[in-house]
Amino acid sequence: MRYAETGYNLEVDLSTGNIEKVETDPKLMETLLGGLGTSVKLHWDRTPPETKAFDPENLLIFSTGLLVGTPMYSCNRTLVTTVSPQTDLLCYPMAGGFWSAELKYAGYDKIVIRGKAPKLVYLWINNDQVEIRDATHLRGKGAVEVQELIREELNEPRAQISAIGVAGENRCFTASIEQSRSSASRGGAGGVMGDKNLKAIAVRGTKDIYLYDGAKFMEHIEEVRAYIRHRNENPLKGVPAILSGIGSPQEMLHIDEKWHTESFAWGNARMRRRDFWTPEIAKQWAASQNSAIKRLISCFNCSQQCGALIAFQDVPRYMMKCFSKLTYAMAAYVEDLDFTWKICERAFNYGLDSFSTPQILAFGFELRDAGILSDKYFEGCPKDKEGRFFWLLEKVAHRDGIGDILADGTYWAARRIGNGAEAFDHNTIKKHEQMNIKLGMMDPLYLLMYSTNEKMSIPQIEGNWPQMPFPTREQREEFVKDWIHLPDEKFKKYFVDWELRGEFANPHYPTPQIASEIVDWMETLHNIDDAIGLCAGMGSFCLKPPYHIHNYPKIISAATGMDLDEESLTQIVHRSRNLHRAFNNLRGLRRVDEKPPEDNWKYRFPELEAEILSTYYKYKGWNNDGIPTRERLEELNLAFVADDLEKRGILKNGQDKKDN
Amino acid sequence: MAKIKKIIKTIRVDADKCNGCRACEVVCSGFHADPKWSSINPARSRIQVITDRMKDIWFPVFAGEYTPAECAGRNIYEIDGKEYDECHFCRASCPSRDLFKEPDSGLPLKCDMCEDDPPQEEPLCVQACLNDVLVYEEREEEVDEEVAQEEMEIGIKSLIDEYGLENLVDTVSRLLQKEEQTSS
Repeated sequence: MRYAETGYNLEVDLSTGNIEKVETDPKLMETLLGGLGTSVKLHWDRTPPETKAFDPENLLIFSTGLLVGTPMYSCNRTLVTTVSPQTDLLCYPMAGGFWSAELKYAGYDKIVIRGKAPKLVYLWINNDQVEIRDATHLRGKGAVEVQELIREELNEPRAQISAIGVAGENRCFTASIEQSRSSASRGGAGGVMGDKNLKAIAVRGTKDIYLYDGAKFMEHIEEVRAYIRHRNENPLKGVPAILSGIGSPQEMLHIDEKWHTESFAWGNARMRRRDFWTPEIAKQWAASQNSAIKRLISCFNCSQQCGALIAFQDVPRYMMKCFSKLTYAMAAYVEDLDFTWKICERAFNYGLDSFSTPQILAFGFELRDAGILSDKYFEGCPKDKEGRFFWLLEKVAHRDGIGDILADGTYWAARRIGNGAEAFDHNTIKKHEQMNIKLGMMDPLYLLMYSTNEKMSIPQIEGNWPQMPFPTREQREEFVKDWIHLPDEKFKKYFVDWELRGEFANPHYPTPQIASEIVDWMETLHNIDDAIGLCAGMGSFCLKPPYHIHNYPKIISAATGMDLDEESLTQIVHRSRNLHRAFNNLRGLRRVDEKPPEDNWKYRFPELEAEILSTYYKYKGWNNDGIPTRERLEELNLAFVADDLEKRGILKNGQDKKDN
Repeated sequence: MAKIKKIIKTIRVDADKCNGCRACEVVCSGFHADPKWSSINPARSRIQVITDRMKDIWFPVFAGEYTPAECAGRNIYEIDGKEYDECHFCRASCPSRDLFKEPDSGLPLKCDMCEDDPPQEEPLCVQACLNDVLVYEEREEEVDEEVAQEEMEIGIKSLIDEYGLENLVDTVSRLLQKEEQTSS
């Protein structure tokens, strides 16, 4: 009997149409848990470093998490993994919604897709019945609207559907995969899906998932439930409202966006507007938001309501959550929130990532204003701020004209355009658009998170540690009192000591060693969430969340029958992280790639930053070039990885010890 | 006519608060698994969240009585600008749809308010719903004692009709003997 997981993957070769239900090795749960962990292993085993995103051999894996579908609140993530067309590294965009649980109930932990279908198709999984169906009549349909069309076609209103839009069909590098109220966006997995000629995956499942010790498991979940109630009734003090609760930032609920609109940069991550949030804006935005949001909604088995059904004027209905509310408006310098509800409907139906795409559009207009792109590329483009964004968005999604170049993202577009365009690509790390934040003082924690994490997009790396020190020692001491989540008491001192200014402030504090410890802790939490399928908003990306290092092992053990403690759980996710790291090292990732954009902070400290990065590498057991050492890999039972890295000359003689 | 007091157990549904998460379905299926919490499968749940996302329809319905009859009613209701099918609100496990049936056997499911020993404070779905969509209510009602007796009479008469009085008396005395044997 397999517990928590189903023990089966669905292997689909779209080139041949072959579909197999394959039993997985039970040992894999003990060594890598599931979700991201076990997916990374499949890529490691089957994808050589020569494979590019749009090769048929590139795997596209849709995975549930180990505890998805159990009564663990908020465990509902779909993890998509594939070699990214944008970065050439293993990306893993994730989505909430209802699809992942449905796949588990259909009897599968993952769908492993390879090859390319000869024509556009979709996959229909109804428990044990799996078929590849013609989708040529769905070409060009919106990623949101097509979900309803497929449900009607299958006459199964309870089918859950992941789908791409035109942008995915056209292999845009920032194409997303949309499902219900969520989307797997970062890194262009939607483009890989389109390259495989796969329009959608529909799932319906009515099978059991088994729990090892269900009664014990429910005792833990009841404790979690009480804590969720407590946190929902007692928002944190001392942080902006948007960070005071649990779940994703509650941007569908809160209207006050002073913090985002004034701290984050507008345009192509260019300009902070410190006096944007006036009473007039607050009034207009309240009216706009109240008229647009029909209802707050959740993902599968989650108490929080981070999403919303949007019903705005005559715009077709769709669902939204979180920061998409601001990305297009801020990139376009549009102050009227009505614009958001209109352009997001279009963008979500095209199936484009709301973080990268607005920056790419703003970048396009910057190049025109600078005379690098001539007016001939913009024939027919409206003059107004809103109209021109709609116009360029359509060009990108369809890879039409200048849109074809911009559809590769800022980094690649800048290199194709040349003529000085590279200087306007100022907000990418590893060829990927980062958050639109440009601040003053270099921050050691963010330096590490931006630079080094395999996840690539900053909001999904940070979380449990406050973004800024609290002004007074009294406030800090108050905050640490009920901070039960910390892995070690010493972290309380780190936080209490951390000041806004002076010796114990950025950039010198947290020290390189302390910064490494804090970042390592936060990354570990993210890797646990990504293995079990938990929404980061209830674990790793949240201050004082319901789930933490002290209750994860108990919950996972009760569900699976494994005997985990904090140390052994940490060891497992460090194993998957190092495997992921090595996979990317094989594809060329090195220290030189791990640096934030030059203008990320106004005040930079090259020597100190190098020391921080070296200290972190050493702490992780990596050599000075960011590659896991043989010693570290062997500790994690990954000797075969060390062998491979040596065989390919990536780890050289003398780089086998952690102190190298 | 003698009056007796009876506890009526109900769950009030505040559908406007429902965010469609289906936590209620998850715990219902786990609680009714055998052994309890050994498996999870919302398709076995005796509460189902009726969902039509784009129409803003999200509300839970509890499984009621089984009926062998196909239903002829297909009326459409419009409430607050939203169109509902009559089926949406119906609690029956019936041949017209696959709701409230065990997925493998097709046997009907019915909400039992999580009867348990010792009793649960509230049905599990109510406990799991953190948005207070589901509110458990008990109210005491006075009912005529007669009613129960009348019901019994109807039941026994139908048994007499089917098996004959003599057979029925024989069966009852045999059952009584069995019970005496097991209790002694």
